[in-house]
Amino acid sequence: MPETPTSPARADAAEQTPRRTFLDSILGFGFMSSAMAMLYPVTRYLVPPPGGEPATLSVVAARLANVPPNTGFVFNFGNRPALLVRTPEGELRAFNATCTHLDCTVQYRPETSQVWCACHDGLFDLGGGVVSGPPPRALERLTVQVRGESGQEEVVVSRD
Amino acid sequence: MMPRLVSWLDERLDLTGLTRVALAKTVPSHVHKGWYYLGGVTLFLLFVQLATGILLLLYYRPSAAEAFESVQFILTQVEFGWLIRNVHAWSANLLIAAAFAHLFSVWLLKAYRKPRELTWVSGALLLFLMLAFGFSGYLLPWNTLALFATRVGTGMAGSVPLVGDFLMRFLRGGDEVTGATLSRFYALHVAILPAMTTLLLVVHLFFVQRQGMSVPFDVEQSLPPGGRVPQTPFFPNYVLRDLMAWYVAMALLAALAAFFPWELGLKADPLAPVPAGIRPEWYFVAVFHTLKLLPGRVLGLEGETLGVLPLARRHCSCRSSTARRQRDGLVGCSQCSDSGRWGISYRSR
Repeated sequence: MPETPTSPARADAAEQTPRRTFLDSILGFGFMSSAMAMLYPVTRYLVPPPGGEPATLSVVAARLANVPPNTGFVFNFGNRPALLVRTPEGELRAFNATCTHLDCTVQYRPETSQVWCACHDGLFDLGGGVVSGPPPRALERLTVQVRGESGQEEVVVSRD
Repeated sequence: MMPRLVSWLDERLDLTGLTRVALAKTVPSHVHKGWYYLGGVTLFLLFVQLATGILLLLYYRPSAAEAFESVQFILTQVEFGWLIRNVHAWSANLLIAAAFAHLFSVWLLKAYRKPRELTWVSGALLLFLMLAFGFSGYLLPWNTLALFATRVGTGMAGSVPLVGDFLMRFLRGGDEVTGATLSRFYALHVAILPAMTTLLLVVHLFFVQRQGMSVPFDVEQSLPPGGRVPQTPFFPNYVLRDLMAWYVAMALLAALAAFFPWELGLKADPLAPVPAGIRPEWYFVAVFHTLKLLPGRVLGLEGETLGVLPLARRHCSCRSSTARRQRDGLVGCSQCSDSGRWGISYRSR
């Protein structure tokens, strides 16, 4: 004989189903919370902390005697390359040597007295301004100072 | 969406077949069943090591000039870097403790007996790999303690007869512990050991799955003739309990990492004198004290040589078959437990 809806077995089953669902959802909630508690610190950890290098930096680039007019060379400025140029007139200038286009390192060309980026043929004048090519902005200028006794002068490059 | 994906995969990979196997699997239920969870906890801690180890790799720099600073950077600059590093350091210790507990439970319950000899051997090899992980990882922060611990550890390898010198130079990547040693230990720690562990772990787990859990000797003996040990379904009953054991391990790990940060110490300085009170990690203390205890020369052999040879050990007075079986089963591990006993008796003196 089929069970009627009011039989005790059916009533038990009906009562147990929500209890099972309830316990399952508690368990699921617990697992989800654990996953979140683990994922949160991990995602924060993955983001690199800001400011890998200090904003102000001062570096002795060379001895003045070693930088003849109409030359330029790249030196280590913090952990980025910088370019020191002595113009044909003997004036000292320094730039951030990273091209503003796609991060290539630029170089000085004595034959044209210009700064050149070999990657995409970008040209800059000795003020850092763009002459031709794809670079969107001028090169960042750095401050150059000469200090020390006569004959022993050092070229100090710094960023303010 | 989900059911359609499952049925799509099922048609191609016969997932139902796999589920059927998992659902049919059972685990024996008896008075000693609690020990079964230790293997799972060890595995969980290994996963924690893998995950936190990969995360540490994102900022760690393996060179003598930068290693210490990079760990310092992780601890002080990277968000939650302290947590990841402390969890890695603590989990390494808990992992070795759990592996030892697992080993002793298997030993005392005689789960290594036929047909599970290979499971036992692969497990013992895994434990040695874990110790190698501990030894190689200890040097990576490049602090003073690690430098001297590695000098002593690799120096011990140097006193192995015949091949000692070669072995020591091989381990150090030169005559001294230098940046070259750091590179070697790094390669060992992040590439060679993980590859070996993965392989051996797959084999170990395959054996466990293939043979099922061992029923302890006395439980088997106490059964009536033709009787069978009561079984618990593996899924979901056992899996859920295993997960709860993982939660306990995780809670312990989180508490230790948060409240007892692992010290970084001072940057390694090869010219600095050995700091007072230097001692190895607890899992190498047994070997350390054995070396302290041994005289400089014994019968013309160097004391150290005697210490690293597995000869200076074991005099089992009992000769019953069980004792012999236990002893034979232990193979290399009796060395650890015996020298451990030496260490303890020496310290209590």
